[in-house]
Amino acid sequence: MASPPPTLPPYSAERCIDMNDIAPAIELKGISKAFGPVQANKDISIRVMPGTIHGIIGENGAGKSTLMSILYGFYKADAGEVFISGVKTEIPDSQAAISAGIGMVFQHFKLVKNFSVLENVVLGAEDGALLKPSLRKARKQLTALSEEYELNVDPDAIIEDIGVGMQQRVEILKALYRQADILILDEPTGVLTPAEADQLFRILGRLKEEGKTIILITHKLREIMDITDTVSVMRRGEMTSTVKTSETNPADLAERMVGRKVLLRVDKVPAQPKDVVLDVRNLNVTDDKGVHRVKDVSFNIRAGEILGIAGVSGNGQSELLEVLGGYEKATGEIYLNGDQLDLTGDKSDGQSRRARGIAHVPEDRQQEGLIMDFAAWENTAFGYHHDPRYQRNRLLMDNAAILKDTQEKMDRFDVRPPNPMLAAKNFSGGNQQKIVVAREIERNPDVLLVGQPTRGVDIGAIEFIHQQIVALRDAGKAILLVSVELEEIMGLSDRIAVMFDGQIMGERLPNETDEKELGLLMAGMTDGEAA
Amino acid sequence: MDFFTFVQLGDASVRMAIPLLLACLAGLFSERAGIFDIGLEGKMLAAAFLAAAVSFTTGSVWVGLLAGIAISVTLSLIHGIASITFRGNQLISGVAINFFAAGLTVVIAQGWFAQGGRTPSLPREARFGSVDFPGALTRVRDKMQASPGMQFYSEFISGHSILVYLGLLTVPLSWWILYRTRFGLRLRAVGEAPEAVDTAGISVVRLRFSAVIIAGILCGIAGAYLSTAVQAGFTKDMTANRGFIALAALIFAKWRPWYALGACLLFGLFFAIDNRFQNIQLQVIWIMVLLIGVSVLMTSWAARKEKIDLWVLGGLSAVLTLIALLAWRGAVTDEIGAMAALFETVKVPSQLIQSLPYLFVVIVLAGFVGKAIPPRAGGQPYVKER
Repeated sequence: MASPPPTLPPYSAERCIDMNDIAPAIELKGISKAFGPVQANKDISIRVMPGTIHGIIGENGAGKSTLMSILYGFYKADAGEVFISGVKTEIPDSQAAISAGIGMVFQHFKLVKNFSVLENVVLGAEDGALLKPSLRKARKQLTALSEEYELNVDPDAIIEDIGVGMQQRVEILKALYRQADILILDEPTGVLTPAEADQLFRILGRLKEEGKTIILITHKLREIMDITDTVSVMRRGEMTSTVKTSETNPADLAERMVGRKVLLRVDKVPAQPKDVVLDVRNLNVTDDKGVHRVKDVSFNIRAGEILGIAGVSGNGQSELLEVLGGYEKATGEIYLNGDQLDLTGDKSDGQSRRARGIAHVPEDRQQEGLIMDFAAWENTAFGYHHDPRYQRNRLLMDNAAILKDTQEKMDRFDVRPPNPMLAAKNFSGGNQQKIVVAREIERNPDVLLVGQPTRGVDIGAIEFIHQQIVALRDAGKAILLVSVELEEIMGLSDRIAVMFDGQIMGERLPNETDEKELGLLMAGMTDGEAA
Repeated sequence: MDFFTFVQLGDASVRMAIPLLLACLAGLFSERAGIFDIGLEGKMLAAAFLAAAVSFTTGSVWVGLLAGIAISVTLSLIHGIASITFRGNQLISGVAINFFAAGLTVVIAQGWFAQGGRTPSLPREARFGSVDFPGALTRVRDKMQASPGMQFYSEFISGHSILVYLGLLTVPLSWWILYRTRFGLRLRAVGEAPEAVDTAGISVVRLRFSAVIIAGILCGIAGAYLSTAVQAGFTKDMTANRGFIALAALIFAKWRPWYALGACLLFGLFFAIDNRFQNIQLQVIWIMVLLIGVSVLMTSWAARKEKIDLWVLGGLSAVLTLIALLAWRGAVTDEIGAMAALFETVKVPSQLIQSLPYLFVVIVLAGFVGKAIPPRAGGQPYVKER
């Protein structure tokens, strides 16, 4: 079992002036961890001073999450030592991590959805066999903590009824209730609006003032620059460098992450839009539960133009894509090159849409874009099984032709490893996305629907996918881009529409707006208020 | 029907509801912890057999009860090892337990007692007798002549086996454990979001094992009750699918203890009706009203749903209507004519009455009863992810 939890001395900002005198809050020495042949962490050493915010940045699969999972007792390191406040600590399980004062806010919240906030906070930290005293005590402390750090959480709210921002604050409260002095946050802003992210950063700032140590794992360079004191860069399981944030810049960090120079800005010439290709008028979608998801949405896209739809996820963008892609019913009118599309009848399915020249890169590649257990070549044929190139005769498919086609696509799109026989799940996120994008772009569609093209994709692949989308635009195609990443929307789009609660709140030109204004629209401010 | 008949019906309902209730609560604990348990039936059957066999051999019903519980818990642990430790498929493991129990109980009974796969009839001291409360009448003739209050006290309140009272007590106890204790909070959490439990530093495996062990104990009592209190000995397949009915009751009860009591009493009532009115005579017109009424209700409900529902339930309705018309046709003779035949008294087929509880299960599961949301992590083995 774990050694007894060390009692941490109360650090405060004043006492941390001379950092050399104080033991680091966390020190890792020579941590290594392998999963089979994959070396997830290689000889990693890191020191995090108390009362600081330390960023860990790296591409997907660089080993950030593995390292933090080791620190939180999810995995056991193959080699290496962990020191908490200078005391060597064994962390065999999460219980040990908690008693060592480590709290973790996971990317996917670990909350019981139909429990109240109070019950979630108490779970695992009860005082005795009976609940009532624990709940009473927790309620008192929760109110105090909530006030101290301006968390604004109602202890009796049920988790599934509150927004993601508040759910995240519940996770932070859970850690604080367990008297965590070290808080690890894994990709905390992925699900937040810019305003919610700002609020989170204010809270983190307060926590830092109180002497808490914070480790922030992210792939967003801007967050690192905004809030951290020091930053470590990880690449392929190794910690390549640790620098003071004030002594670096985004371009430098990106280069350290990828190992080569990266274009952070999308390089593109101004759009030259032509005729209207896709015209959407008064589109309404009501889902199975009777919730009105898309409300009277109208827009159009011209040939050779990218329309970006910004918004926090769950505000109707997904449904919009599903209607256009042919797997959700709707009322309203959609015209493609002047012809009306069938929205409810027999020709409203994905097959008909593709036959009409609407290609679709779905938001969730693992659920909708690919069948994870199928090989890459099988995935390449999905949605295009009726392609004459893939038929040997009227009855049989020509697998060899699909295989050859897949091989060509993989070479052109630099999919690694370039092995069409490999199951989709064995590719990294970026390479999976390349397979999907290759499948859809290579059909030379009139309209390309793209949902979250770079979610969970590493920087190198992002650059490549963005280039492909811009190239398709320059070839005179109409592109609808839906993304929750404002930077991506700002960088790629020729026009930006913002969705909130199923409505389009306003349209902007990327060079005439900024993230702040878009953020206000995303939070539901009307056109006039935001401007 | 006089008041005493109603009291007797109520009394029998409770009697029949108890094994369902215990099995239902067993399923409740297991499923609330995220382990589907389709093997309730097999565990009850194994417990029924061993309880009867050990009671007969030792002469002590309490030793028999313990033996029943022991075998049921053992089967639970097998289910736990398969589905928790080795993360196997919970349905397959449960089905295996059912087959295992259905076959082995008969084989061992035959080898042990050589009476055709049953245990010998249990003598009085090797059974759970009835507990008579002070002042309660015990002889049926006395009861029939007593005042309604006395009838109620003597027949309904008093005179059950100790296991009935124990079984009823498990309801508030289960509620209290689930909603008022630390263990209950964690148990409910582990069936909803095991990752939340795991990251809070609590062992998912240990919690889930505790849940299946509780399920084993409850199933064991249920099985022992059947063979040592309701009947005097074990017979082949004596659980008669009660384990599956308990699962239906669990859905009906939306995985809550007090609702489970209500659901099981309702199912118990159907069993009681079955026992009591096997030879009931009814006027043709009432049979027709009942059957055609059910058809109309079913079809109109299905018409608002998917096409497939309309086809299936509509077809079923047509069959019911046909049966109603056939019953009428059967009563028509030359002497009385078609009109009078409507008021002719005929015997209701006992098969129809017997199928009532099972019919009700089908209706419950077809979704007539609101939306029931099972525990979110139910049926899925917990695998740690990064």
